[in-house]
Amino acid sequence: MWLCSPLIHSYSSTSLSSRHRPNRHNPPPSPPPHPLTPPPRSSFSVKVACLIDLSSNLEVHCIERKTSFFFIHCDGSLTSGLNLSNSRSARLSTNAVATKQDNVTASTASKPGHELLLFEALREGLEEEMERDPRVCVMGEDVGHYGGSYKVTKGLAPKYGDLRVLDTPIAENSFTGMAIGAAMTGLRPIVEGMNMGFLLLAFNQISNNCGMLHYTSGGQFKIPIVIRGPGGVGRQLGAEHSQRLESYFQSIPGIQMVACSTPYNAKGLMKAAIRSDNPVILFEHVLLYNLKERIPDEEYVLNLEEAEMVRPGEHVTILTYSRMRYHVMQAAKTLVNKGYDPEVIDIRSLKPFDLYTIGNSVKKTHRVVIVEECMRTGGIGASLTASINENFHDYLDAPIVCLSSQDVPTPYAGTLEEWTVVQPAQIVAAVEQLCR
Amino acid sequence: MACSATTRIIHNPLAISSSRSAEKSDFSCKILSPSSFWGSASLGKKLLSVNKAISPISRRSATVVAVSDVVKEKKLKSSSSVSNLLITKEEGLVLYEDMVLGRAFEDMCAQMYYRGKMFGFVHLYNGQEAVSTGFIKLLKKEDCVVSTYRDHVHALSKGVPARQVMSELFGKTTGCCRGQGGSMHMFSKEHNVLGGFAFIGEGIPVATGAAFTSKYKREVLKEDCDEVTLAFFGDGTCNNGQFFECLNMAALWKLPIVFVVENNLWAIGMSHLRATSDPEIWKKGPAFGMPGVHVDGMDVLKVREVAIEAVGRARRGEGPTLVECETYRFRGHSLADPDELRDPAEKAHYATRDPITALKKYILENKLASEAELKAIEKKIDEVVEDSVEFADKSPVPARSQLLENVFADPRGFGIGPDGKYRCEDPKFTEGTAQV
Repeated sequence: MWLCSPLIHSYSSTSLSSRHRPNRHNPPPSPPPHPLTPPPRSSFSVKVACLIDLSSNLEVHCIERKTSFFFIHCDGSLTSGLNLSNSRSARLSTNAVATKQDNVTASTASKPGHELLLFEALREGLEEEMERDPRVCVMGEDVGHYGGSYKVTKGLAPKYGDLRVLDTPIAENSFTGMAIGAAMTGLRPIVEGMNMGFLLLAFNQISNNCGMLHYTSGGQFKIPIVIRGPGGVGRQLGAEHSQRLESYFQSIPGIQMVACSTPYNAKGLMKAAIRSDNPVILFEHVLLYNLKERIPDEEYVLNLEEAEMVRPGEHVTILTYSRMRYHVMQAAKTLVNKGYDPEVIDIRSLKPFDLYTIGNSVKKTHRVVIVEECMRTGGIGASLTASINENFHDYLDAPIVCLSSQDVPTPYAGTLEEWTVVQPAQIVAAVEQLCR
Repeated sequence: MACSATTRIIHNPLAISSSRSAEKSDFSCKILSPSSFWGSASLGKKLLSVNKAISPISRRSATVVAVSDVVKEKKLKSSSSVSNLLITKEEGLVLYEDMVLGRAFEDMCAQMYYRGKMFGFVHLYNGQEAVSTGFIKLLKKEDCVVSTYRDHVHALSKGVPARQVMSELFGKTTGCCRGQGGSMHMFSKEHNVLGGFAFIGEGIPVATGAAFTSKYKREVLKEDCDEVTLAFFGDGTCNNGQFFECLNMAALWKLPIVFVVENNLWAIGMSHLRATSDPEIWKKGPAFGMPGVHVDGMDVLKVREVAIEAVGRARRGEGPTLVECETYRFRGHSLADPDELRDPAEKAHYATRDPITALKKYILENKLASEAELKAIEKKIDEVVEDSVEFADKSPVPARSQLLENVFADPRGFGIGPDGKYRCEDPKFTEGTAQV
């Protein structure tokens, strides 16, 4: 069990509230709490460091200890107790919106980190993993000589050869199946869908083989595959290139889905996905590839199942992922100016949901808005709404508001396309309505 | 049956004469008219002669030796009269035992099904044993076999114990897939049986992937690897996109794979002739740049000769081969199929070409073994099959705790629950009653 029992008091130096609860993400309290201060060398979160200070007659087990690098949990600023106004104001940054700089640790003082774009961060993560494990290989259309249509694999084929960075013919179903066969027999392939929408052609393999083979073989074969690619609504790409496949894949048992949104989490999730023994689908977004951010120089791997606290708040929980995170943050600026205090969480893990982070937030704010790019019907938001209602119904003061894209094939015309996805103004309106 | 294999590996469509017509003339006693060969008298399609020039351009440059030449060479080299035979006594007995095991096992399956010991879709292999035995008995343990839903005998030939297969069919926890796969999903990591796939065509990309791993190990990891993969599938699958896509990729990258088509002329109730524009499947190999061979799949020795060459090609790194085995299933498509559509005359005709009877005749005529020895083998197999049923009967059914295991290789994939713990740490998880 890697988590302390609920009897352990939270680590805050302030007085404990009566509703203390186990707090995995409590960073060390000393000044000023960087959301992402790297913990000492342990495999799981900072709480291990916390626990060491606490009563020694509690048993602490870690599932695994990795000493060559450390995991960072990008969360960090959850308050330790509820309704402690003094601690809250101490933590709230004066900047209403967590900008990219706030979100990123500059790591230790000696290493300044380096700036790069999101697609470069993906490439960096990929390259580090390919360097580390010779069984990691890439397959996809135009990933080799062309360098990837979004340049994520640029430079890898000359370095690692045409077999490790394999240019496939245009046969998604078959090369995804081929990757699955390769994964079953010992390799760790990464399949790139040139556009996530193309993976609809590979649905047979993803559903039947990727998701199910570990189970139907009685656990004999594992499928450590990563399926990644850009999806989402871009700039007038047309209906078929603007699809959100997360809603179609979410029911497949046996797979995990994550969505990256910043260079920092892109690299971390890429590495985590490659190292995971489960099949992972990594959703990237066409419009986010050129985001720039400063990321640590040290190696880091993020946790596939955790959500990311983007901006702590008190009034309302806004759950989002991928590109909508930026629409939400834009709306948050407006909201703060109007006097609201939204808590923004990037759920990151689309399947399974991190109900702990989400739950803690709901228990604090009692109001939830979900902002997503998926379709209204059967999307991630729909599942999340059901999940929150099921688990945290007692904590809700109002019905969950779910803002999704219109159930419309994405039109080509720019104006129409804008109206199919959720815009910041709609988010502001929804929050105002909810907090009335 | 004592004739030598006269199939030729057709390198390109301009080859001299049709292998099938040559073969027909060599049949010692069974001169068939084309219409009965094709099964449905009403269609009466004439045997197609390859002399019709189809593609004027030969794209291949590698040379392929025809099987008959290889066999003639072998005969010239050896001196003793025994070498005129295609097999030694030991080999003959191994082949005989394997085919009898396949037949006896499938007959027992039918009995058990009608007694209510197994359910669902069960597809039996009676009549096709020559293909499985002819190919798989040439493989090493590290070589991989991929099959379809008609996979019991492939698993048995590869070495999976009859006990494990029978238990799997009964749905017991001692089955090769812990009872989680069933008749259509036979997997064995130990014996490298990569399934067992319910949708046709689904396994072919997986086989291609296993062959890719073999090539990868040799060329990237620099291991001494000459593992070969065999993909078995039927005539219906040869109209499926995955088949063609994989033929292309395998030939493109010269993967060590052999595509074995078990053409039994019927896809449930759909005659191969009614479904296929050009019914000669072996011709589709050269279209993709690999040799296509047609062989009499009711004659295990002929299949074995072709298999030796095809597997040898793959092992030497010369690339894939497409082998079409003309075979027939004595029973219906599955145990639920009333099998009313097939012409009884056709069934009777193929019953006279029973591969086991044929091999027995060959062994006895060439004095490779005595009647008593063969009877002893049959008795032994009966005991093995009886024992497997007993074992399966006595084995326990899976406990509830098995429900959630094996969904993920890394069970953290079930995510983090509201209490902050991973769901797989919930004690109810091992009981199979956790909420996930």
